[in-house]
Amino acid sequence: MSNIEFVRTEMLPEKEPPASTVGPIGWMRENLFNGIWNSIITVLFVLAIVWTVLSLLGWGIQPTWNAKSLSECREIIAATGYTGHSGACWGVINDRWLQLLYGFYPLDANLLSAVSGASAAEILADPRAHVATPIVMILGYWRLNLAIILLFVGLAPVLIERAPRKLLIVTVLFPFIDVWLMWGGSIWGPAMAFVGFVLGYFAFKILAPIAGTLIAVIMSAVVPIIWWLFLSGSAASIFAGSPIDLTLEPVSSRQFGGFFLSISIGVVAILGSLPLGIVLALGRQSDLFIVKALCVGFIEFIRGVPLITLLFVANNLLNIFMPPGTNFDVILRVMIMVTLFAAAYMAEVVRGGLAALPKGQYEAADALGLDYWKAQRLIIMPQALKISIPGIVSTFIGVFKDTTLVSIISLMDPIGLSNAIRANQEWNGIVWELYAFIALLFFVVCFSMSRYSMFLERKLQTGHK
Amino acid sequence: MSELATAREIDRSKMKVSDEVAIQINNMNKWYGTFHVLRDINLTVNQGERIVIAGPSGSGKSTLIRCINRLEEHQQGDIIVDGTELTSDLKNIDKIRREVGMCFQHFNLFPHLTILENCTLAPIWVRKTPRKEAEETAMHFLEKVKIPEQANKYPGQLSGGQQQRVAIARSLCMKPRIMLFDEPTSALDPEMIKEVLDTMIELAEEGMTMLCVTHEMGFARQVANRVIFMDAGQIVEQNEPEEFFNNPKSERTKLFLSQILGH
Ligand SMILES: Nc1ncnc2c1ncn2[C@@H]1O[C@H](COP(=O)(O)OP(=O)(O)OP(=O)(O)O)[C@@H](O)[C@H]1O
Ligand SMILES: [Mg+2]
Repeated sequence: MSNIEFVRTEMLPEKEPPASTVGPIGWMRENLFNGIWNSIITVLFVLAIVWTVLSLLGWGIQPTWNAKSLSECREIIAATGYTGHSGACWGVINDRWLQLLYGFYPLDANLLSAVSGASAAEILADPRAHVATPIVMILGYWRLNLAIILLFVGLAPVLIERAPRKLLIVTVLFPFIDVWLMWGGSIWGPAMAFVGFVLGYFAFKILAPIAGTLIAVIMSAVVPIIWWLFLSGSAASIFAGSPIDLTLEPVSSRQFGGFFLSISIGVVAILGSLPLGIVLALGRQSDLFIVKALCVGFIEFIRGVPLITLLFVANNLLNIFMPPGTNFDVILRVMIMVTLFAAAYMAEVVRGGLAALPKGQYEAADALGLDYWKAQRLIIMPQALKISIPGIVSTFIGVFKDTTLVSIISLMDPIGLSNAIRANQEWNGIVWELYAFIALLFFVVCFSMSRYSMFLERKLQTGHK
Repeated sequence: MSELATAREIDRSKMKVSDEVAIQINNMNKWYGTFHVLRDINLTVNQGERIVIAGPSGSGKSTLIRCINRLEEHQQGDIIVDGTELTSDLKNIDKIRREVGMCFQHFNLFPHLTILENCTLAPIWVRKTPRKEAEETAMHFLEKVKIPEQANKYPGQLSGGQQQRVAIARSLCMKPRIMLFDEPTSALDPEMIKEVLDTMIELAEEGMTMLCVTHEMGFARQVANRVIFMDAGQIVEQNEPEEFFNNPKSERTKLFLSQILGH
């Protein structure tokens, strides 16, 4: 038998890895040219990508930014000697981008005439002839811009940990101020709507210790509803028109449009669907049979029906259920429908997160004496929501893109507008330029949401299980 | 003979069993559906007792101690904890859960909270202790279980033994009068078992009333004042540890002991 004894007398020093396995070269060898087939596939794909990008650039890079019509575009492209199928006509974007962003929302012509010296009538006829385009965008649509800014400021303390806590005041108030900025009229309407929430809050605070959490939750919904249905209108009209009133030019919902409309509906649906989805998911797990049946029924019904159907219902059918004479705003109806739609999906996403939690978490919370609501709020939901972040954000992105369906019920979202623009003589025949612009708008927003969710997931990582 | 849980002498000066009844269980029965899992359980635990519950797998040990803080509901008989009867009245359940701490086999720490937050959560939200005071108490107990330096880490960053000690500290922060342990060491590696047992021994030395489901017979011998043997949902035998181990009466107990002690 050979001798198997071995003793190392000298320890080995550390050596550099071979150059071909590290750095960019190593990476390429590992990932792109790892074997014959891999190399062939890599080369083919690179060629395909280069070809696609080149043809797109050939189509897209055209000096047509200032053209006033499609035929002018064609002349410009022909003059360059371009030989491809067709070239992009960017004049339509130059001409209509403000409309694609803000729809038919009325410009603040008085403000623009004050800064430019041209009369309000001249401004209305052709604002960009008298005022620089960025100024038209910033000042002409200041109400919508301010609404967006307030939205971001209001969301900051929720989304960013380091944002000052004082901004939470904006978080609470911005929905009401935004409604006032967008629709105009007396500030007392939104203010009284806000009072409803305050009443609900106090109903909960007062009832929770004496009547139990469940009763308090129910009453915190009932009290505001009674207030909104029967009292807030008359309360608002007492103050409206009084010296302590702020009014803005009223704007009707049919004038809303463009990407701003998509954002409004999307933001409402996103902000509304998460809490509603959580409630539905909890209801689905409830021991109370009626609650459970209602939640399951709602979720399955809404998920089983196409969104378009719900939008048609919102547009036409809902009026049948309303008392005659009530004017229930069409955009509000659409917002409610899209929110309900998103909430049904959200409920299932959240339920997935709840199901992923080990039973021990509930037991530990119970054993420590936390009641149901505290356990949900402090232990269960933070974890379930964290698990569900990818699904939640997917649902957000999905519902945001689904807002384009409102063009079917002739609301002027970007898709609806693109049809309207194409119906114009000058731009008849334009397709891809508009879609490319709209796609870019949506991509920026959706991609940001996606990145934020990845950031959040990384931030909430607290070590392996 | 099983190994000892600790090599040192146990300090019995504060381990006093008082006359005051901590837990009283009368003719308690429980079913899972039609499966009769606990049968006619009668048990009186006095304040200061250290009880070890042993028995084969599936005999209902976990179910029994989980009935004491209402993680499981019993269907017949009474359970009276610290003078409060367990009924479906939520007020009573909350009151009892505040007085009874529990440690689980898999620790069940809250992974999204730091160690310190794990320990302060219940005092702040259930006992309404001011945050500062709750944090001081938490640090006190974390020092006691010998991991104050981990206070700002997350449970996922700790070893199993450390996590179980945190779980014990978390229960102690509620200042319970009774502690329940459900196999606190059976998910741990041997070297970690010792550190958790040491913590439990210290707790016993301070006079805590403890009910402990465990297979650590060394702990039972050295610390318990009573060992209960369960089989098929019933209490088959109970006795002082010395008698229980050296002179078991029932055939089932003898069989169980021969298996677990490897005679
Ligand atoms: N939720 C449940 N539903 C139905 N049966 C259950 C449930 N939980 C436990 N059981 C059954 O009840 C019996 C007692 O379970 P229990 O967990 O109390 O046993 P145990 O003595 O703690 O066992 P182990 O040593 O394995 O932990 C077992 O037969 C088990 O299968
Ligand atoms: Mg068990």
